[in-house]
Parts: sequence; C-alpha cells; structure tokens
Amino acid sequence: MPRLKPEDLKGIKERTLKDMVLREGGTTVKITVHMGTCGIAAGAKEVMEALTEELAASGRKDIRVVGSGCMGMCSSEPNVTVEMLGKEGVLYKHMDKNKMRQVFKRHILLGEVQTDFALARMK
Amino acid sequence: MSAYRAELLVCGGKACHESRSDHLKELLEKELHRQGLNHEIRVTETECNGFCAQGPVLKVEPEGIVYQKLKEEDIPKLVEEHFVKGQPVKKLFLKPAAPPESIPDMEEIPFYSKQMLIVLKNRGVIDPESLEEYIARDGYVGARKALLEMTPQQIIQEVKTSGLRGRGGAGFTTGLKWEFASKSPGDVKFALCNADEGDPGAFMDRSVLEADPHAVLEGMVIAAKAIGAHQGYIYCRAEYPLAVKRLNLAIQQAKEAGLMGKDILSSGFDFDVEVYQGAGAFVCGEETALMKSIEGKRGMPRPRPPFPAQQGLWNKPTVLNNVETYANVPQIIQNGGAWYAAIGTATSKGTKVFALTGAVSNIGLVEVPMGITLREIIFDIGGGIPKKRKFKAVQLGGPSGGCVPEAYLDTPVDYESIAKVGAIMGSGGMIVMNDQTCMVDMARFFMDFIQDESCGKCTPCREGTRRMLEVLEKITHGHGEPGDIDLLEELSDMIKNSALCGLGQTGPNPVLSTLQYFRDEYEAHIHEKRCPAKRCAALVKFEVNADVCTKCGICSRSCPAGAIQWQKREPAFIVKDKCVKCLSCITNCPADAIS
Repeated sequence: MPRLKPEDLKGIKERTLKDMVLREGGTTVKITVHMGTCGIAAGAKEVMEALTEELAASGRKDIRVVGSGCMGMCSSEPNVTVEMLGKEGVLYKHMDKNKMRQVFKRHILLGEVQTDFALARMK
Repeated sequence: MSAYRAELLVCGGKACHESRSDHLKELLEKELHRQGLNHEIRVTETECNGFCAQGPVLKVEPEGIVYQKLKEEDIPKLVEEHFVKGQPVKKLFLKPAAPPESIPDMEEIPFYSKQMLIVLKNRGVIDPESLEEYIARDGYVGARKALLEMTPQQIIQEVKTSGLRGRGGAGFTTGLKWEFASKSPGDVKFALCNADEGDPGAFMDRSVLEADPHAVLEGMVIAAKAIGAHQGYIYCRAEYPLAVKRLNLAIQQAKEAGLMGKDILSSGFDFDVEVYQGAGAFVCGEETALMKSIEGKRGMPRPRPPFPAQQGLWNKPTVLNNVETYANVPQIIQNGGAWYAAIGTATSKGTKVFALTGAVSNIGLVEVPMGITLREIIFDIGGGIPKKRKFKAVQLGGPSGGCVPEAYLDTPVDYESIAKVGAIMGSGGMIVMNDQTCMVDMARFFMDFIQDESCGKCTPCREGTRRMLEVLEKITHGHGEPGDIDLLEELSDMIKNSALCGLGQTGPNPVLSTLQYFRDEYEAHIHEKRCPAKRCAALVKFEVNADVCTKCGICSRSCPAGAIQWQKREPAFIVKDKCVKCLSCITNCPADAIS
C-alpha cells in the first residue's frame, strides 16, 4: 500500500467494504476458516487444505476463502463460517476435512445447509 | 446390460477413497458373487456425491436408497437383508439432515448474546493479515483523530474520561499513567506493550494479537503521541509464534502505508515499533523485569520508585500497557471517553476479556461488560459445568489471584468487588473448577508454578515460596501435621509484606484464598488423612463401595493398567497390586463409588 494521507482512509474503507460485500457478478460466497492458534491446534489447517482443493476442483471464481482469527468458542473449533448471497450465514463447528468437503459440496454447491455440523445461524 | 435389476453406486470421491471405498467395492462384488447375485446386481464407482463426512457411502439404484458409514462387517448382512430378502437395512441409512431452522440463531445462544464486543469487535470478521480490512472497520480513525486534531493533553483527558484501567491485572488508571509519563521531563521516551501473557490458562492477549494486530499498534501510536514517545516495543513471548508473525506483518504493512514510522499520516509525528520476543519467564510480565529484559539484561525486577513513568526503559520515562488496554484505546478516541464510561460500573468502565477454561461447557474467549456477575459468565455464557458435576470455585487472576466459591458467584465483575471476595480481576484468566478439584492440590499447583518462576533476587520469594510448596506437598502426600496451616499463614504474611515485586507479593494468594473458603479441606487432609475431592492419590484408598456401585463397568474400561475386575451385574473390584493410582476410575465413575 502506498503512503496514506489522512483523507485516504475513507476511500480505502469504502472500496474494501464494497469488495467484502457479496454481490451478483462479484463474490457470491465467502467462506471463513477461523485460524487462531486454537483453531489450528484443532485441525483448521487440514480443513483449509481440503477447502482449497474443493474450491480448485469446482472451478468457481465467485467463491472467496479467507483465514481469520478465533470466533471465541475455542471448544467448538475448528470453526468455519459460510456466507452466501441472499441467505443467512451459518457457523459450523468441530469441522474436519471430510465435513468441510461435505459442506462445500452439499451446502455451497447444492444449497443444503448441513444442519448436523452447524453451531449457529447468523444474520 | 438391462438385465441388471439393481445398481450399487459406490462413491469414489477423495474422502470415501480415504475411508477405503475401493475396498468396499471389492467386498460387495465378492459378497454378491457368493450369493449368486452378480448377474443381477452390479457395482459401479461414481463421482463424489458430497456426503464426505458420512463415507463410505453407497447408493442403491433404482430405489434411490443411500447407505452411510459402511464398515467391512456390514457388507454380508447388507447384501443378505436387502438383496436376498428384499428388506433394506434402515439402521445404515443416510440420516436426512434436520431443517436449517433447527439451528439456533446466534442471538439465541447466550455464549454470543451476552457478550459485548469492543476489544474483540473484529475477531473472526476480518482477515488479520489485511490492513485494508482493518481500515474498513474504522481502523486508524482514532489514530488520525489523535494525531491531527488533538493535543497530547486532550488525548490524556479523553482516556481519563473513559475511566479505562490497566487490563494487565493491577487496574491502574491508564490516563493517569500516561499523564505521569507525559509530564516527566526528557526528549526520549518509550511506549511499551506487555504481551508476555504468562498466567496458566490465560490466552486473551494471544487471541487479540492473532485476530486483530493493528488494533494494538493503533493504540500504541495514540499512547506515543500522548506521552511524546517515538519508539516502542511489544514484548511478546516467543511461545506465541503466530501472534509474533501477524504482529510483524502488521508493523510492516503499517510502515509501508505511512501509519507507523516517520511523519505518520502526514502529521509530522514519528513513532516506530519493534517486537521483542521474551523467552517465556513469568517474572518478565512484571514491568521492571520486562524492561530489564528488553535492555538485554537478565529479567529481574527492581524496587519502585522510581516508577517507569519517571525512569523506565534505559532509565527514560516509559509507559507500559497490556495488549487489551491498548486495543481499547482507538475506539475510546474515535467515540469519545464518555461513550466508554457509559459502559460498566461506578469504578470499572468498559468491557473485560476473559479466557474461560476448566470445568465449563463452552471453553473460549469472552468479552463482557463490567458489572456482569460471575454466575452469568460461567452459567449463561459458559454453559455451566459439564457431565452433571457441581460447581466448586472459580480461580481468577492466575497465580496472583484467588478463588471465588459458589456463595459469591453473584459478585459483579469489577476491580473492587472481585478484590473484596479475595480474588483479583487479573489479566483475565478464569478457571472453573468442579467438585472433583482438590483445593489444597490446586494451591499446591500454583505454588509450584510460583516457586519455579521466582527469579530468586529477593529472599522472601525465593525461599518463602519454596518452603510453602514443601508444606503443601507434605499435606497432599498425607504427612500433614497440626500447625501446618499456621505455618502457611505465617509464611504467606511474611512473603506478602516483604517480597520485592508483584510476583512474590501476590504469590501466596492462592493459598490464602483457599484457606479462607476451603479451610475444612486442609483440615481433612491434615487431621483425617482424607482428600474430600479424592484427587490426592496418597490419601485415596482405591476401593469400590459395592453398595453404591452401579455395576456399569466404566471404571474398568477407563483403567489403563487393567487393574479393575468387572463382570456384568457385578460390582467392580480394584486389584491393588496392579493399580497405578492414576485416578482415572474416580474421575470417570458416574456414581462416586470409589474412595
């Protein structure tokens, strides 16, 4: 990033928020793997690897995968948040690579929320 | 090929392959052949059907029945029942997922709904390695305001108005600390961040640094402007590699963007920061020892005064704040001190982050408004005590803190109220203990930690904590004598009043607070040679009370030494010669039948 002037902060905020928002023609799905030390210790890296593989295999360009910090409930790690355009977000708990593959194939590609692995719905 | 009456589709996806679906295909073919069905039914490997966590999965066409989690031993029965007798095996069917409406809304889950996020507002929301995403959540707005629109005095006044107190544990008013440092004469001053989180069971700072490193940096820039510092250090323990990595990345990004370094945001103000990795000595969390360590000397405390605000790092005026304290600052400047002061109680403002651990259902990191009760944190947010056990006490503030029993669970969380019941707010460690915790053993654990971590500079701490540990070990090993409690109290009193630094002065606290609330447990150990919680192996007989035993056999299955004899409908029996006294039978017995 180039050196910022005080007035630049607003522009970056607006631009980034626009990029972060799900929209038609842009990113329509955002998958967040929570990768604090607690998540990684519980297997978040494997989950991330499986997800990256599935994403590549799907060829979808409108899905964004991000690593983020801990969501707080360390005992339910690894946690994964799935946000899809026009739908309620779902926070998944106790994920592993196969659950991640299942969530990717059944929830993200086919729209079936995998209730058994879910911790919470998010507005 | 239309002669086949059914087709068995074995999923050939990667996950099912890993769970040996190729093997499953072979087994199915073999079994069909054995039953003479191989000309009627064929097995085909298909593309992944997406039920990866339920694999290996088998779909039967044309019926459309799906079987899940098939094991080798299921196959003969499955072929026999379904394809010979025509009765599908319902037990092995893929369970249909419950409707999404059955998932609770986040707002309905007390773990989330009772929290109030200020320090943790970005947790799990932003990518901690992206400066843009931090800025998108109003990052560096506070720093911009402080650097371009406020004088150092105004910044200090705003922080004083907010009522923010040190989150490292002592709770000194942050604004006041900054004022002292700002008034200290000198051109060279330092702003330091204490990220040497050492309390057993505490991980607040680590989580903040990993999830939102820029918030801490921004807080430091604001503090630096307030006191007139141009150089800062973050003293972070080397055991936190991810936090160190993300901090260093954040510093690099901030420097490139002109948010750190020379002429920040064209304001003319310079401030640079470096991460200094500590080698993990508990005493280096003490401010004067921390500064010695950064200077490259052995981390040992020195007497105060002079306080760091006058003579700190390299004898220059220095402000040292904890990670969480700094992470509060940007929002205080952005939203105003009055906004922050509106949250909390009369003496403690804002929120506090706790690392909730131990015998509680929801282990994790929680941020709550000051004034919430301990009961709400443990039973609503934490979800209570698992395995139907009873709550016994909660340890606050780590080795410098104390425990709070059931009777005081309605104590509101603020610095004064917590101190009144014999514990301290501390940096945020909150260890919940159930009725299977021996309080004498707990005190022994913390004393072991303290005497191990004592730097050895002053005699009361070096020798005193060692002697206290010996007494506690004697008691837990069943050799306690009358007078031991008096000796512990005498030693505690002496160490508290004469140790050099906070580590020593607060070291006896776990003993004193357990003596205050659980004196009867000490007495049972000493006079009756009995450990009421059955955790001190030397005082446990390892005998099964046949009248209480429910004959469930759990103890026998949990015994790693094979020392427990048990048969169905018979009470268990422990063979003493084989028993290794690991306590796993007692931990797992649902009827408390072993003593």
